[in-house]
Amino acid sequence: MRRAFAAIIVRDIRLALRAGSDALTLVLFFVMIGIVVPFAIGPDRVLLAQLAPAIVWIAAFLASLIGIDRVFRDDFEDGTLMLLRHGTLPMELVVLAKLIVHWLLTAFPLILATPVLAVLLAMDPGALWRTVISLILGTPGLAALGAIGAGITVSLRRGGLVAPVLVLPFAIPILIFGVGAIASGIGPDLTGSARLLLAAISLMLVAIAPFAAALAVRAGED
Amino acid sequence: MTLRQDLRRLSLCATGLSGARGERILFANLDLKAEAGTALLLRGANGAGKTTLLLMLYGAIRPLAGQIVWSGQDPEGPPFIHLFGHRAAVRARLAVLETLNFWRDANGGTKDCVEALERVGLGGLGSLDAGYLSAGQTRRLSLARLLVAPRPVWLLDEPTAALDPDGDRLVGELMAEHLAAGGLIIAATHLPLAFVGTSSEIRLDG
Repeated sequence: MRRAFAAIIVRDIRLALRAGSDALTLVLFFVMIGIVVPFAIGPDRVLLAQLAPAIVWIAAFLASLIGIDRVFRDDFEDGTLMLLRHGTLPMELVVLAKLIVHWLLTAFPLILATPVLAVLLAMDPGALWRTVISLILGTPGLAALGAIGAGITVSLRRGGLVAPVLVLPFAIPILIFGVGAIASGIGPDLTGSARLLLAAISLMLVAIAPFAAALAVRAGED
Repeated sequence: MTLRQDLRRLSLCATGLSGARGERILFANLDLKAEAGTALLLRGANGAGKTTLLLMLYGAIRPLAGQIVWSGQDPEGPPFIHLFGHRAAVRARLAVLETLNFWRDANGGTKDCVEALERVGLGGLGSLDAGYLSAGQTRRLSLARLLVAPRPVWLLDEPTAALDPDGDRLVGELMAEHLAAGGLIIAATHLPLAFVGTSSEIRLDG
């Protein structure tokens, strides 16, 4: 079973890396939001630094929503998912493997690119550090929600945009606590508790997602 | 590479099966029986429900009515069905051998992949990107998947589609070996399949 799990992860990473770089495009998209926003807001560095946590999270949020349709779509269309029903792994673990790969390919590169965004948005080193922690804690939850959305929409022929729209409302708590974990407003420092809540949300979603998405994928073929 | 070895002996008994696609009833009250070591051939016009029936036996589509019982099977045991259908599950940018290795690992097989490729006539193409294979070669690669992880039940959907006469013979040989090893085959086909072994036929007529 461990061999099958590793086989799925290795295959998906190979396919993604050889398919030209979706990961790189996502990173560019992420950074470009950071480039565009200062133009829209104007050259006020103080204001920019204040808004930076929100901008980083919105950028990460949009970038990870873009990629979610890919999680199951190709495997559904070429029959791989159908055959994996009778693989040695239960579908729940197949989904978990795909979830891990999805996070590695869409969220991890964004976290690596965050320092670039921090420079563009005039963030101080402390805020950058808190942003990276907040993204590490929050993105697994986003990826898990994405996997559920992708599972539900996989059997729709042109479901490309349905999954992000479906997932977006449920991802709002992640956004709230994600930004909260970087900078709290006036008053006592609440970033610590926001961080804990963010971690709790992510853990819960990652725990639920394999079961929910597997159920959706199995029903999809019927 | 031969298949000859002991496969678990499974038999199929399905009673009162009904299937539909969308609003259309394709077949109703169908009884199927197949013993280990025999082949059951499904015949019928395009759209008669052959693929639907195979997917039903595979467990991907729920029957409207009726039940499917595989006897001789350990309910907690490893998966026992191979599906060889229209969708080959072969992806461009993954080499031929990598594809087969993946399927062997995912299906818990232990056979040698290089030998299996030789057997299906893809020897020497192991490092080629599977996206460059022709339709027939893709089918052959998909066929090799059945060899690297032996399982007692084969569900074949038009097994000779896109294959050349040589490929037809290959399918016939593999089917005969599978039956001789005690396997069970259920195949949907229009064309006569040349294989040695006992078989029965069932016609699906809308």
